[in-house]
This record gives sequence, structure tokens and C-alpha cells, in this order.
Amino acid sequence: MSATPIGWEVVIGLETHTQLSCASKIFSGSPTTFGAAPNTQASVVDLALPGTLPVLNRDAVEKAIMFGLAVGGTIAPYSVFARKNYFYPDLPKGYQISQFEWPVVVGGKVAIVLDGVEKTVQLTRAHLEEDAGKSLHEGLETMGVSGIDLNRAGTPLLEIVTEPDMRSAAEAVAYAKALHGLVTWLGICDGNMQEGSFRCDANVSVRPTGQKEYGTRCEIKNVNSFRFLERAIEYEIRRQIELIEDGGRVVQETRLYDADRDETRSMRSKEDAMDYRYFPDPDLLPLVIDAAWIERVKSAMPELPAVMSKRFISEHHLSSYDAHLLTASKATSTYFINMVATGVSAKTVTKWINGEIANFLNREGIAIDDPQMPSKHLMMRLMASEARGEITFASARNLFRSWCEQLDQQLIKLGEAIGQEIEQSQWQRYLDEKGLRSVSDISTIEKIVDEVLAANPKSVEEFKSGKEKAFQSLVGQVMKASKGKANPAQANEILKKKLST
Amino acid sequence: MSLISDDIHRLAKLARIDITPAETARMLKELNNIFSMVETLQAVDTAGLEPLCHPIAIVQKMQLRLRADVVTEVEHREANMVNAPQQENGLFLVPKVLE
Amino acid sequence: MTRDFSSLHHQSLTQLRAALDTKKISALELAEYFLVRAETNTDLNAFLHIDRDLTLAEARAADAQIASGNITALTGIPIAHKDIFVTQQWRTTAGSRMLENYVSPFDATVVEKLKTAGMVCLGKLNCDEFAMGSSNENSAFGAVKNPWDRSRIPGGSSGGSAAAVAAGLAPAATGTDTGGSLRQPAAMCGITAIKPTYGTVSRYGMVAFASSLDQGGPMAKSAEDCALLLDAMIGFDAKDSTSVATLDKYKTPISARLLTAFALTSRADASVSRPLAGVRIGVPQEFFGEGLSSEIAQAVDAALAEFEKLGAVRVEISLPRTSLSIPVYYVIAPAEASSNLSRFDGVRYGHRAAEYKNLADMIGKSRAEGLGAEVKRRILVGAYVLSHGYYDAYYLQAQKVRRLISQDFQEAFKKCDFIMGPVAPTTAWKMGEKSNDPVAMYLEDIYTLGVSLAGLPGMSVPCGFGHNGMPIGLQIMGNYFEEARMLAAAHQYQLATDWHTRSPEAFQ
Repeated sequence: MSATPIGWEVVIGLETHTQLSCASKIFSGSPTTFGAAPNTQASVVDLALPGTLPVLNRDAVEKAIMFGLAVGGTIAPYSVFARKNYFYPDLPKGYQISQFEWPVVVGGKVAIVLDGVEKTVQLTRAHLEEDAGKSLHEGLETMGVSGIDLNRAGTPLLEIVTEPDMRSAAEAVAYAKALHGLVTWLGICDGNMQEGSFRCDANVSVRPTGQKEYGTRCEIKNVNSFRFLERAIEYEIRRQIELIEDGGRVVQETRLYDADRDETRSMRSKEDAMDYRYFPDPDLLPLVIDAAWIERVKSAMPELPAVMSKRFISEHHLSSYDAHLLTASKATSTYFINMVATGVSAKTVTKWINGEIANFLNREGIAIDDPQMPSKHLMMRLMASEARGEITFASARNLFRSWCEQLDQQLIKLGEAIGQEIEQSQWQRYLDEKGLRSVSDISTIEKIVDEVLAANPKSVEEFKSGKEKAFQSLVGQVMKASKGKANPAQANEILKKKLST
Repeated sequence: MSLISDDIHRLAKLARIDITPAETARMLKELNNIFSMVETLQAVDTAGLEPLCHPIAIVQKMQLRLRADVVTEVEHREANMVNAPQQENGLFLVPKVLE
Repeated sequence: MTRDFSSLHHQSLTQLRAALDTKKISALELAEYFLVRAETNTDLNAFLHIDRDLTLAEARAADAQIASGNITALTGIPIAHKDIFVTQQWRTTAGSRMLENYVSPFDATVVEKLKTAGMVCLGKLNCDEFAMGSSNENSAFGAVKNPWDRSRIPGGSSGGSAAAVAAGLAPAATGTDTGGSLRQPAAMCGITAIKPTYGTVSRYGMVAFASSLDQGGPMAKSAEDCALLLDAMIGFDAKDSTSVATLDKYKTPISARLLTAFALTSRADASVSRPLAGVRIGVPQEFFGEGLSSEIAQAVDAALAEFEKLGAVRVEISLPRTSLSIPVYYVIAPAEASSNLSRFDGVRYGHRAAEYKNLADMIGKSRAEGLGAEVKRRILVGAYVLSHGYYDAYYLQAQKVRRLISQDFQEAFKKCDFIMGPVAPTTAWKMGEKSNDPVAMYLEDIYTLGVSLAGLPGMSVPCGFGHNGMPIGLQIMGNYFEEARMLAAAHQYQLATDWHTRSPEAFQ
């Protein structure tokens, strides 16, 4: 992560297209399943054949209402669908049905935590619209043509627009992650970024520190992972600052992020100054949402992350930082709740989820419910054994890592199929076979300590001359000699005793 | 108000209709005639008036009807693409799209 | 053995029903009879697509239905559709080169409903390109001739429909009306047509021109025939978001209320000879001002006098913004059209230029080649009034004035039951007479646009002839959902007069 050069301030606003997880399209009865053969999910309405008309999907509206409630926005009692007119081969009608002057959700906010500091990102609006189709090029290059697949055309989208509230790529990513966590939490979007269910466009500008006016902004499109979002914004910040420092000027334009080259480049096709000629779609009447409907949606909503976080703090005495991490996604909070329900202490579970497990997930870029994660049953046994002192944390951590890397052939035998319940006796036998049980037997540890002291006269010398650091080194040696199995508290105590005699 | 040739070019570009110089000249004259007729609208006092979205809204409250989120369409690709000027493997083919 | 059906082509739908019911003729014979007429009178250029095999197959199916006894009032009766309604079996061109070979994978709701009612489709009828025009000269497939005088226009945009019915090439036809396209050609060809209340006939499957104005309706010889057809066309359609929920007013068929819509017994002074006693007819002074030909003024006045004889009373009313309906319409309709016609880009269907340099060139050329002059003109006007910096002054302002125009009608209907006046300021003009002056052509629509903008029902009823022998139409305008009473009043007028029974000499 690179810091912004001194003397510059970065201003970022995000526009996120979230595909709403509806069974059918926003204005037609076509399925929305991803990955179907080209144009097999494009009905006469989606293809904009002459004479066809749109009819709005109620579920898409409910999902927008749910989102609006979750971010504390205003649900517009009256909103209007408008036509955004432009020509593009993947836009069948020659206009996109969207909302312009009267969006369904106005305002709202999303809380983010970055380096332990909480910040609020203000939302401008969220509006319903239809997705476009796709232009495909693969295999058609030699013919000099592109193929148009309209399966995605008409997929329901909720476009969520922020105020220009973010001041770094890291903040933008923190917001995007928080929003992703929220929409998946609510179940209104599957959050699959690879399939394009959650797409961020970033409006980026820079200005000299202290300047009041915003700089000229560029819109970066085509970012399909958090990592790319961060890189694309950082590249764009560098580009704009260098451009200005070299005496140039930023031109307002749309830029495409190229992940292979890690750069943004101008989209020639969008070069024309756009005049979208928005006007209310005469095929659709105003969307009216009454208080009763909002109330019905509210009563069917899941507990929101912020509420759950507060509950975790009071019920389990967790820190607000830990509680925030545990409620970052529905999957994580569910994992926590299920694990605590098996009897493992909340403290232990929290330590694991926010520590080792989080490290693993971040490294792999996956979620806690990913099949790559060791099964819940295994994790439950592991955490319980560690909490009871049957194995040391060091051993538990090593075991977890070997599971994650799928190096443990024995585990595969043990679980047969991962995900099955594991008997306590089976688990105990497994620990024995692995020789992982922690050593709490005093005479065994004393023996190891004696050996370590004998082998490290220099450290002993240093300790006696007052160097505390040498003690830690000796503890490390003892743990190492015990292959991590020595009970650390006992090892500490015995070592201290022996050194003081 | 009077339009000039540049306006006609801009509009033709917005509407994606190629237009010849002869057409531009004719169109300019015709559009100016139309707009001088339309100009009478400007004199009407419409302060405080809402635009009329659906004619019937003048006598009764109109609001959008919604459909249930149910898949009702079955695949009809062949019939739906029967008018395609150029197609291959279920894709509509167009000159290369530049991004 | 051939039977003589020589006089069938100007019979009413009720007469044809009787002929079918009494086995004087079969649906197949009836279809064959009209097919031959359509095929032998091609010089009118009313039909764009005829496919006798398809028609005869439908006729056989109708005969089977008749044999089974499971019939409607329309089973076995032929009808032809304006080529704006998409059909699965006949091509649909909308009168445009753009859709020259277009085949729809589905039927328009109106087509489907009439088919379900047992009607036999004779084919598709010529019209102005995308229904934009008042003379039918804007069809990419040639102008339609007026059967009363082949050197004259039949009116537009449903000119093919009006000419076909007037010439007896079809006993009935569908049409669409955006600014007068059912009423004006009906008036100019001497037939009866009704544009129902916006939202009562589904727009699904109508190639869109201006979505907030487009409305389908029937064209036939009489109000009675129109009532039968409208009963089958009207109804809520879940596929059209602007379709209005079925109202109680339409529960009893309109055709069954032609004589009962005005409850005679409830009015003391009503009698059989004065069936419209007490009915107030509003006559807007603005419909009789400068520009209206005197012979039309006289014919309309005579018609009003006839209504008075039937018991109605004349009430002077005012529709003060009548002249503003022209600029309002010519902002809103092109705006909606410019957007509705963007789908014709040569990507998925429709005309694609033979040669092009790249994608943008392909779209620009295909549209330039596929669309006609009037359509291009309206697209550019529409693009302009919606564009940045002009939207408020034009489009939004027009939609606000539209509200004023609609309010004027509501004010007027406080004083009267119907409004009556001319349909058009002149009778059918000579071909080519106004084709070089779009604005002159637009001004011809002055009396029909208000009803369209307000979404009100309006109809045209034959009420006389000009000195040139061309028919004149009386316009009857009603309040929302008042089609039954309008048709009932028109029916009374037609019981008392015979203008609607006249047919052009060449087609008797």
C-alpha cells in the first residue's frame, strides 16, 4: 500500500452496481442464472423486439427497500423510472431503464473501520436499473467481429452511489468491503465479484492539500476485485499527480482498469461527451411505496451487523474491534454463533476467527464458508482442545495450517469425507496418533529445560547479567525442543525456577 | 430560436443517423419551421404544474403495477434470433466492439 | 358449383354473422371472397402482406369452431391488421424499410385476442412508417390511395386500414391512433372508427411510436361493428404496465348496450323517437374557427342538428388550448419516438447496411438507409427537445401544458356528456399536395391531438361529403371509459342517417 504523496489530497467516490439476487429479470420473466449458453436467457423483452414492454419485478423493489432501511436512507414514497439514451450494441433498446431524478433510496450511510478507526461514508442515493448484455471477442478476432450475448441484459441492479467521502484507496476498499458485507448479509446480492454481481466504479480526483474545490475526476471502470480496486485507484492517483506535477491537466473521462498491466487507460468508445437525454419512461408509471410495505419489509429483515455487533459486545464481553470483525459478513457471524453454540468459549472462537482463520482467508482471498476451509466439526474439536489445554496454541496453529494446506493425509482418513461429525474418541485418538498432546508433566518439562540450559550456556550467562531478552530466547528453545507441545506457562515457571537457583 | 447546421450534425450523431449535406440543409429548414411553431409553448404559464405522466392520472391515482419474481420465460433462442442480420453460435455478430 | 356472394363486401358484421350462422356461407368462403377482393384491388396499395394459405387455415379452424357451436359474435369474420401490430405468421414492417423482412416470434395482444374470438386474419395493412403521418404517403412501400378518389390520400397513419374497409376489401380492420391516426383516415375514407381510452387496449405487440399516446382501436362500417370489435380488443393486459385494470364499466359488453346505454325510462321526456333526450353535446368554439373548410362546418352542423332531433341539446363549450395541442404533441410524440426507435440499430434484427467501416458506421448507415425522411425528422426533433439544456423548456413544458389541455377537457365535461366537432379541417387532399411542408401537414391534426394528449376516447362517424365527393367525419369525444355511451350515441345517429352505408362507386 502506497501512501499519498505529501501535499496532495485524494478524493474518491464509489458507484457500485450490485446485481440483486432475484430469480427473474427486472422487467421480464427471464431467468437470471449466470453462465448459460449465449442468448438462451434473453426473451423478446430483453432483446427489445418491436412491440415488447417492460413490467417491473416486485422483488427487486423489496430488495432496494431492504437496502435503504439497512443504511438508514429514505425510501422514496414515489420514484420514477427514466430512460438513459445511448447506443451500444449490448444495450438492446438503445436506452437503459434506470432512475434519474427520483431514485428509490435517498441518503443513508455505511460505517467503515480502517486501522481501528471508525469512519462514516455518506451515501447519495441508490437506484434500480437494468444491466446491459455483454460483448464477446474471444474466438472471433480473425473475423474482425464481436459477439453480442444478451443473457445479462435486464438483470436487476441496485446502483449505490456515495458522496466523495473517501480519502485513500484503502478507505475506498474498506467501504467496498463493508458494502459487500452488508448486501450479502441482507441476502439481496450474492456478492460474487468474479461473475460481476458486485462491480465498483471509482470516481477519483486529487487536489493540493488545503484547496477547497475538487480536482477534475476520472471514472475507473471494470474493477472486479477488492485488490484490483485498490491497485486501480493507486495507479490513478499516481497518474493524476504526476500529470499535474508535469504541468499537465486531468481530463474528465472514463478509464478502464487493465489488471494484466496494472494500469488504467482511456476508454475511446466513451470519449464523446454524453448527452443521455434522460426522460421518464412512458412505458412505466411512477413506483409508489407506502409505509405499510416498508413496514412489512422491515419486519422480515435479518438482524443488522451493527445491531449484532452491539449484542456480541454485551453478551460475550468482546471488544468493539473484535465484534466489528465478527460481523463483517453474514458468513463470519454465523460461524461465530455456531461455534459458540457448541460450547467453545466466545473468547477462544473470537481469537481464532479474527486471528489464524482471518490470516488464512485473507491470504487465499476467500470467505469463511469457502470449501477450502477445514470443516466446522474439525475446527470445533481443535478450538475446544486448545481451550482445554489438551494441545498448546502453537500445536493447534500448526495443525490448522497443515489442514489448510491439505498436507495432512491422516486427516483425510479421519474425516473420510470432510464435513462429517467427528466423535470425541476419534478426535482423541487422532491427537494421540499425531503425538500432539501438550506436555504438562513436570518431570518431562524439567528434563527438557535441563537439556536446553546445558546446551545454551551463553544465554544463561546473558540472563544472569540482566538481559531479559535472553530469557525469551530460552523459552523459545524449550518450546522448540518440545516440538511446541510443552505447556508454555509451566515451561516458563520451571525455567525461571532453574535459572534463579 | 434558430438552429444551425452544427445542431443538425450534433442531433444526427446523437440519434446515430448518417446524414448527407443535402439532407442537413433540408432538415435544418424543416426543423426551424417546426420549432417556430413549437415556440408558442414558451408563452404558457405553467408555474406550479406537474407534468402529466400517464393521461389517466388526471382523473385517478396511477401507480406502477408490479409482477411477482417468477421465471415465466422459456428458451426460444432460435425463434428470437430468426431476424438477426448476422449470427453465429447463438451470438449476434457485429463489427468489432472497441472498449 | 359457385355461389353468388356479390354483395357481401359492404355488409355489416351482424349481417355476416347471420350469414355464417344460417350456413348461407362458410368462414372459408367468406375468407376466400375477401382474399380475392384484396388480391384484385392491389392498386389501392392497402395490403402489404397477404398469405392465402395462412388465412384459409384460420378460416377452416373457424368453420370447425362454428360446427362445434362454440362461437363468439366474431367467429369466422375476416379482419385485417394494421402492419403496426406484430404477427407471428405474417411479416410486420410498420411501413418501414427498416423492418422489411421482419417476422415477429409472437403475436400482439390485440391480434391474439381477435384470433381467440375466432376472427380470420386476411393479412397486414399499409400505414405511414412507424405510424408517423397523416396521409399514408410516408410508407416505405408506397402510398395508399383513397378508394373514393385514387388521386387523393386516404389519411393516415391507418390509411391502409381505412381504405381496405371503405373499399370492401375487409369487413373490419385494426388501426392505431397516436394523434388521430384512427379517426382522421376513417373520416377521409367515410368509415367509422374509435380510439378508446388510453390504457384500455393493450399496447403489447404494437410497434411503439409514442408510448404515452399510442392506442389501438377498431375500424369498420358502423358504430355497431366497432362495438363488437372493441369488446374483443379491450381488456387488461399484464404485459403492458400502462394497461388499466378492468373496470366495471366494461363488464357488460359494449355491443350489448348500444340501445340501453341511455336508460330511456329514467328520463321523463325520453321516447323512442327521441332516444338521446337530455344528452348534452358540447360544441367547442375553437373547433369551428379559421382553417376549417366551410363544407365541413356545414356537414358537422347538420350532424349536430340530427342529434338535436334525437333529443340531444347543444351546449357551447370552450377548449381554449386547442391550438396549443399541436406544439405540445409535436414535442412529446417525437421525444418518445426518438427513444422508442433507438432499438433499430441493425444489431439484432432489421435492416443492416451492406457496407460499413466499423460498428458506429454500421449503425449510422443502417439507420440512415432503413428510416424514411419523416421518421428521421421526428427523431431529430425528439433528440433535440430531450437534450441537455432544452429538456425543461421543451419536453417538460410540453408535459405541463398537456396537463392544462387535459384539465380543459375535464372542465368541459362538467357541462356536457360528449364533445362533438370536425375530425379534420379539410377533406382528403391530393397526393403530394402537402408532402413538402411538414408543418402544414401537422396543422391538419389540430382537432384530433387534444383527445390523444388527454388519453380520452374519440371516434369518427361519417356525416356527409364535400363538393369533391370526399367523405366528411364527425368527431365524437367522450370522457374516460365512456366508449359504450359514445358508441350508443353514434349508433342512434347511424340508425337515423345513412352516411355510413355509402360506399365508393368503384367498389360497390
